[in-house]
Amino acid sequence: MIKLISRNIFRLLFLVFFQVSILNKVELGGIINPYLYIMFILLLPFETPKWLLLVAAFVCGLMIDMFSETAGLHAAACVLMAFCRPGILKVISSKQDYEAGMRPIIQDLGFNWFFSYSLVLVAIHHFLLFYLEVFSFHEFFQTFLRMLLSIIFTMALIILSQYIMYRPKK
Amino acid sequence: MRNIGKFLLRQHFFFIFLLLEIVSFILLVQNNFYQHSSFINTTNTFTGNIITTFNNVSQYFSLKDANRKLAEENARLLNESKKYYMKTDEQVFLYKDTLYRQQYEFISAKVIGNTTNNRNNYLTLNKGSRQGIQKDMGVITSNGIVGIVKEVSPNFSSVISVLHKDTKISAKVKKNGHLGTVNWKGGDYRYGELIDIPTHIKPTIGDTIITSGYSSSFPEGIMIGTISDFRIDKGDNFYTITIKFSTDFNNISYAYVIRNIMKDELNKLTKESQND
Repeated sequence: MIKLISRNIFRLLFLVFFQVSILNKVELGGIINPYLYIMFILLLPFETPKWLLLVAAFVCGLMIDMFSETAGLHAAACVLMAFCRPGILKVISSKQDYEAGMRPIIQDLGFNWFFSYSLVLVAIHHFLLFYLEVFSFHEFFQTFLRMLLSIIFTMALIILSQYIMYRPKK
Repeated sequence: MRNIGKFLLRQHFFFIFLLLEIVSFILLVQNNFYQHSSFINTTNTFTGNIITTFNNVSQYFSLKDANRKLAEENARLLNESKKYYMKTDEQVFLYKDTLYRQQYEFISAKVIGNTTNNRNNYLTLNKGSRQGIQKDMGVITSNGIVGIVKEVSPNFSSVISVLHKDTKISAKVKKNGHLGTVNWKGGDYRYGELIDIPTHIKPTIGDTIITSGYSSSFPEGIMIGTISDFRIDKGDNFYTITIKFSTDFNNISYAYVIRNIMKDELNKLTKESQND
């Protein structure tokens, strides 16, 4: 249990550090900005209590906010994402039950499952993030394009890091 | 009341969500309307320190460029310093600002070649006649003197280091103004010799030696070094003083070449009076 908690806290710190020090400085073409740090919320264990899920997401978002002059912006997007997570999990895997000890990663549940699971949540997060940042629907399509490109990039990074971090099971 | 409690407990997930979103929105709105009034921004000590650390790391990648810029800036500032302007003694002024006339100009250059372990050492600079460097100009760093320009090509120049058997720098003790000559006897690159100081003067260890300003290459008051030891050889009327150079000759990356604007005039005058 303690191992699980410490591993998640370490993951949070590492992802925030990585996001703030490297990814926030990456601006591909001036419009794409990947947000890999939300992988922390994706990878929280299934057994996490619902309230803890929200609080963890809030803290995670707030940490990013502290470093990017956007108080509350990432926190709001993260909390919404965490709020949607239990529902999404229910919808995606109505057929199969989760076995105990399973983790929400590619190696445990397969590529298709992980891809649809993360895509929906990343899209929710990015949607709120980008439109809250602009705070109007005035430049709807321009924002939409930026959002779409960032989603693609974030997803690519998440999938890639899955294959880097976890060795495939034999 | 109990029912409300039960209801809240059952729906705690939704209410915590609502609460956290409201907090986020308050922060967001506050931040947008009153810039920097909220505590969650990069100006507080904690995040500021962390960001500074990141910056310290990324700074290293542009260090070379920054160095070059600073050297140029220094040269510009030295040009403006009143110390290197000659005071004019004319009684009639054409303009109000002729009180000071610039006598020395500084050109910053990068040292691209340097030796310290030969008997006769030379430096190479990455600027030459195209950048205004001429033969016999003095070369200094911010710490002290380096040498005198020996040869110039269009884009490079070769400098006779102070660490050379033919270099003789006219120097004086800063405290009392007595004149001597600095040269180098070989050996340790950190120590040179000051000769021709008469025995009736009492030098003390740690005294500063500066250029005299009597040569046309260096302005007065450029640091040479400090006295680290002195002795009188048998039958000699002069001290032999060991000085520690203020310039670290083994570690020179940028240097300033001094252009004496009135050098030609000065040399012509000296020549004329010598011919008479």
